[in-house]
Amino acid sequence: MSLVSIKDVRKSFGSVEVLKGVSIEVGRGDVVAIIGKSGSGKSTLLRCINGLETYDAGCISVDGIDVGKTRGNLRDLRRNVGMVFQQFNLFPHLTAAENVMLAPKVVNRESAHITKALAKETLAKVGLSDKADSYPSQLSGGQQQRVAIARALAMRPNVLLCDEITSALDPELVSEVLRVVERLASDGMTLILVTHEMRFARDVGTKLVFMHQGKVHEEGPPKPLFASPGTPELAQFIGMQH
Amino acid sequence: MTYKLQFAELLPYWDVLLHGLIFTIVLTIVSTIGGIAVGTAGAAARTFGPKWLDPIVAAYVEIIRNTPFIVQLFFIFFGLPAAGVKLSETAAAFLAMVVNLGAYSTEIIRAGIEAVPKGHLEAAESLAMTRMQILRHVVLKQAFQKIYPALASQIIIVMLGSAVVSQISAEDLTYAANYIQSRNFRAFEVYLVVALLYLLLAIAARAVLRGIGRVIFPKA
Repeated sequence: MSLVSIKDVRKSFGSVEVLKGVSIEVGRGDVVAIIGKSGSGKSTLLRCINGLETYDAGCISVDGIDVGKTRGNLRDLRRNVGMVFQQFNLFPHLTAAENVMLAPKVVNRESAHITKALAKETLAKVGLSDKADSYPSQLSGGQQQRVAIARALAMRPNVLLCDEITSALDPELVSEVLRVVERLASDGMTLILVTHEMRFARDVGTKLVFMHQGKVHEEGPPKPLFASPGTPELAQFIGMQH
Repeated sequence: MTYKLQFAELLPYWDVLLHGLIFTIVLTIVSTIGGIAVGTAGAAARTFGPKWLDPIVAAYVEIIRNTPFIVQLFFIFFGLPAAGVKLSETAAAFLAMVVNLGAYSTEIIRAGIEAVPKGHLEAAESLAMTRMQILRHVVLKQAFQKIYPALASQIIIVMLGSAVVSQISAEDLTYAANYIQSRNFRAFEVYLVVALLYLLLAIAARAVLRGIGRVIFPKA
């Protein structure tokens, strides 16, 4: 059974329909890279998966929980769905470790002992053990994004959504973040990434989804698709990136 | 101009001045705590509360911010007894101060809450936090950090404005000055000294507030 099931999802902002019936199935351990031009609806789709956006029609379920249902339910769902944002969105008044510990503490009511261990473990995973007591303003963009990943991991999600997580970074900082994501992928974490990093999508992804004008235009294993795109739109899009 | 300053005439009244000074300090501290509590609740209600609450809080804020403090004070002290609520002058002074600072701080704190980037709220939501948890753990401290200087200024303004409570015979520093000069007729000296005391109070209050800010918000 799919871990994340997206069926015929539609969404309009006013009179503009941004998702025109999107269906994607994501299995446990899949690394799904969603690519496409800006405005193709990929970020909106990602935000629908954890309920940050509502959708008008269709159905999204994660681990059997229907996203479209009530609020309390939505929180149950979000416990299992981590999200990392383009703009990091670390809480500036908290240190790196405090950022990581906040949700386990207040949402899962874990003891101080456990949250400290979680912070240590997740910050080590992203290679920032030495920055536990730094405030976000004292960290580089790449480091901030890695803390944001650790923060999401501390909730032990079943799936991690990554919304253009390297787009706001200076070029030389991109690789340190991608390396962390690659490690997660090889550890078996289920990942859904909206990304412009084509090489990363090809080399790390197990599934490529090309969105075009609010629809899944093409999908499949990344390497064959990159080698020989099935549609002129994908060919052109991939060509554009280089 | 041959007026001869005679500060010695004030000496017999030092205890009156001290009493007034302490009253003003206590009044300021209590109304600061109470006013910020009211302001936090008001700002939270306007931004994170149910929709029906917003116009009620907005009305409170607008009424208080658009009427003179002395009228608010008179209403509470002279007006409310007609409705069966009779307060001592001290209680009326404290209540008026809290209500007044509460309205101003509601707007100041609200500005701080609204300045918290939307992305932080989304990040917190994505971590399965409830609205109240987000308000408490993510929003309020950031908001206070942003508006702390504005809030500190408002506290000073309210402290100086508290002189008005002498008008209902609440025994603050200005009341003490009025009392003394009505006995010894040394208005010049008395008000000079009291003005100086207010000046020192304001400087001290600023220093204390700055110190508190440094402790609460160690890193910018």
